[in-house]
Amino acid sequence: MSTTPALFRRLGRYYILYVAGFVSLVGLLAVAEQLGLSPRWIGQIFLFATIAIYASIGVMSRTSDVSEYYVAGRRVPALFNGMATAADWMSAASFIGLAGTLYYSGFEGLAFVTGWTGGYVLVALLLAPFLRKFGQFTIPDFLGARYEGHFARVVGVFAGVLASFVYVVAQIYGVGLITSRFIGIEFEIGVFVGLAGILVCSFLGGMRAVTWTQVAQYLILIIAYLVPVTILSYKVTGVPVPQVMYGKVLQDLGVKELELFSEPRENEVRAQYRYRAEEYARKIADLPDSLAAERIGQVQRVTELRTQGAPARDISAAERTLRDLPRTPDEARLKWERGRQDSLTRAVHPAPHAEAHPGADQASRDSVRNNFIALTFVLMVGTAALPHILVRYYTTPSVSAARRSVFWSLFFIFLLYVTAPAYAVFAKWEVYSNLVGSNIGTLPHWVASWGRVGLVKVEDINGDGILQLAELTLNSDVILLLVPEIAGLPYVVSGLVAAGGLAAALSTADGLLLTISHSLSHDLYYKMVNPQASTQRRLVITKSQLLVVAVVAAWVASLRPDSILLMVGLAFSIAASAFFPALVLGIFWRRANKWGAVAGMIAGLGITLYYIVRTHPFFGGNMGDAWLDIHPISSGVFGVPVGFVVIAIVSLLTPPPSAEVQALVDYVRLPDRAGRMREAENSL
Amino acid sequence: MSDTAARQQAYWRATLRLTGVLLLVWASVSFLPGWFADEMNSVIFLGWPLGFYMAAQGALIVFLLIVWLYDRWMTRLERRYGMYNED
Repeated sequence: MSTTPALFRRLGRYYILYVAGFVSLVGLLAVAEQLGLSPRWIGQIFLFATIAIYASIGVMSRTSDVSEYYVAGRRVPALFNGMATAADWMSAASFIGLAGTLYYSGFEGLAFVTGWTGGYVLVALLLAPFLRKFGQFTIPDFLGARYEGHFARVVGVFAGVLASFVYVVAQIYGVGLITSRFIGIEFEIGVFVGLAGILVCSFLGGMRAVTWTQVAQYLILIIAYLVPVTILSYKVTGVPVPQVMYGKVLQDLGVKELELFSEPRENEVRAQYRYRAEEYARKIADLPDSLAAERIGQVQRVTELRTQGAPARDISAAERTLRDLPRTPDEARLKWERGRQDSLTRAVHPAPHAEAHPGADQASRDSVRNNFIALTFVLMVGTAALPHILVRYYTTPSVSAARRSVFWSLFFIFLLYVTAPAYAVFAKWEVYSNLVGSNIGTLPHWVASWGRVGLVKVEDINGDGILQLAELTLNSDVILLLVPEIAGLPYVVSGLVAAGGLAAALSTADGLLLTISHSLSHDLYYKMVNPQASTQRRLVITKSQLLVVAVVAAWVASLRPDSILLMVGLAFSIAASAFFPALVLGIFWRRANKWGAVAGMIAGLGITLYYIVRTHPFFGGNMGDAWLDIHPISSGVFGVPVGFVVIAIVSLLTPPPSAEVQALVDYVRLPDRAGRMREAENSL
Repeated sequence: MSDTAARQQAYWRATLRLTGVLLLVWASVSFLPGWFADEMNSVIFLGWPLGFYMAAQGALIVFLLIVWLYDRWMTRLERRYGMYNED
């Protein structure tokens, strides 16, 4: 089993061949594009070729061995486990969305960059080596053993499934978006193509297949992420190292921003948006009369155009406007309020990119700063508490390999996160210095092609035929896709980026799906309902759970729930407050006992959920009730400390854990060979 | 107390000390630059405003160093207390 060096060399050879194969596929497609292959075909070839690769890895790694199925036989070398964890970790949101978030939020968006990487320090120092030493199959396994009995295990299963399920729905939703927007397949079909891609990997081979597919997916996603921005960096600065060069561009961008913000025409456009916002406010105040007046006015306009014999295009445009008028005053209020908000944001200049904690006065600057710190904290602790990441460290051959593997995970994640701010800065620089100020009639073709799918909008509000910054709307998902276009790269690079986004979404979905189905089948069924179940029966149950969860998740995703992004943001707070205190104290504080852990997990989770409901408009709450002005996305900042305090107090008030559990604590703290024997015993 | 038990205790105390120091470094590099970002931004570092640089790149490099150091140091501790196994 410990043939690690030989295994390592063999794996290295396979993956080098694989990368070479993938690069030549991209090269072939590039040549084919020059010869006239259409973008639509390129997109579909990327989609099906990559899914076919993942599927064949999945089929080759099929297994019916329990230890292989749950933890890949515990022989994944640290470096490869690092890549697999990185793919598991980086979701569609990191890959597609982060660059856009950074584009719009500037400095404030960096909370995601520091938060999503800093969490791995907590994983390395507080969790991974000890969980590896414990060496079972799931996170609730640890809670159940450490906190004596099913109670803690059930709370763990509940919180883990809650956090993982919303996350997996978001990934499948992401697959649907990528395929529909960039490859031109319908959203619902895209969802089911994605589902097939996920299932062929995880169904037959469990963790083993998912691990090797995730390594393959990591390689594709990192190539796809780095290539376009490296070329753009070369074009803009002459040096193909965007991570180093964007500091200089950021400085130039600062100068450009000041220039743009004092430009007279820019200010004129801002003033017009302010006027439009006031107009909306007036119309909202005059409801329902204003709606009736609007309708009459539009009807008159249509008749007028007809009698004048105006061009058919103008008439149908006017008719469409009439048809799209809100039907009821309530609908009008909602629609106009949205319009008012949108115009209001356009009426002011965005904050300079590098400015930290912008705000109109000291109080609002402080509030922005507190939220920045709180969000960083929650993302870090949440990272260190998401079960699908933690179980990856069960798959390494030893405790020291688990430690090294966290290093590699962080290294591979670092490559993407350190590049994301460069994407934002380069894209912003190009938009501010080349796109803004150009003639609206001669904008680059991508403005029109993404305009058709609603990702880019241009409105010449002052009618001067020149594009002002305030007149341009870019969907935040489009920033990443913008870079290949700006750099003037052929479509094959855009296709590559779409394939990378797909790899990011599929790999995360795989890991999450396994975590959910293992929790249900291993923790609920095997450990609690039927401990006598045979190995074969356990695997049958796991696979059927996997199928059910996957289909339910795809079905929910195909309904396109609006609230999904919101819930993903909340998953970090939920995982952080439910798991982190109980896991860390379980290792570092021998006195923590069953009652303390159960009370602490419920209290932490309870406070977090209560705060979300209290402050989030989706649940009828409002920010007026917030504590310290903290946004609901960071609600874990209250739940985590409450969890720690409650575990400590309740543990001290109740009897200490049994001698057996204390011995377990001593056992996980030490890195010795006894670990292997114990595991062998447990996996039987 | 037997020799093994004493050795294990010393090993665990050394682990805790190392963990504590590294966590302190982690916390200061994660939260201080965010808190003082505005002040730090007036310093230019390699072309970046320092506050921006720390949150976008500096902190990440320190995180990598922490995790790397932790692995090296723990391996040393394991050797010193006779608990290291080659994998």
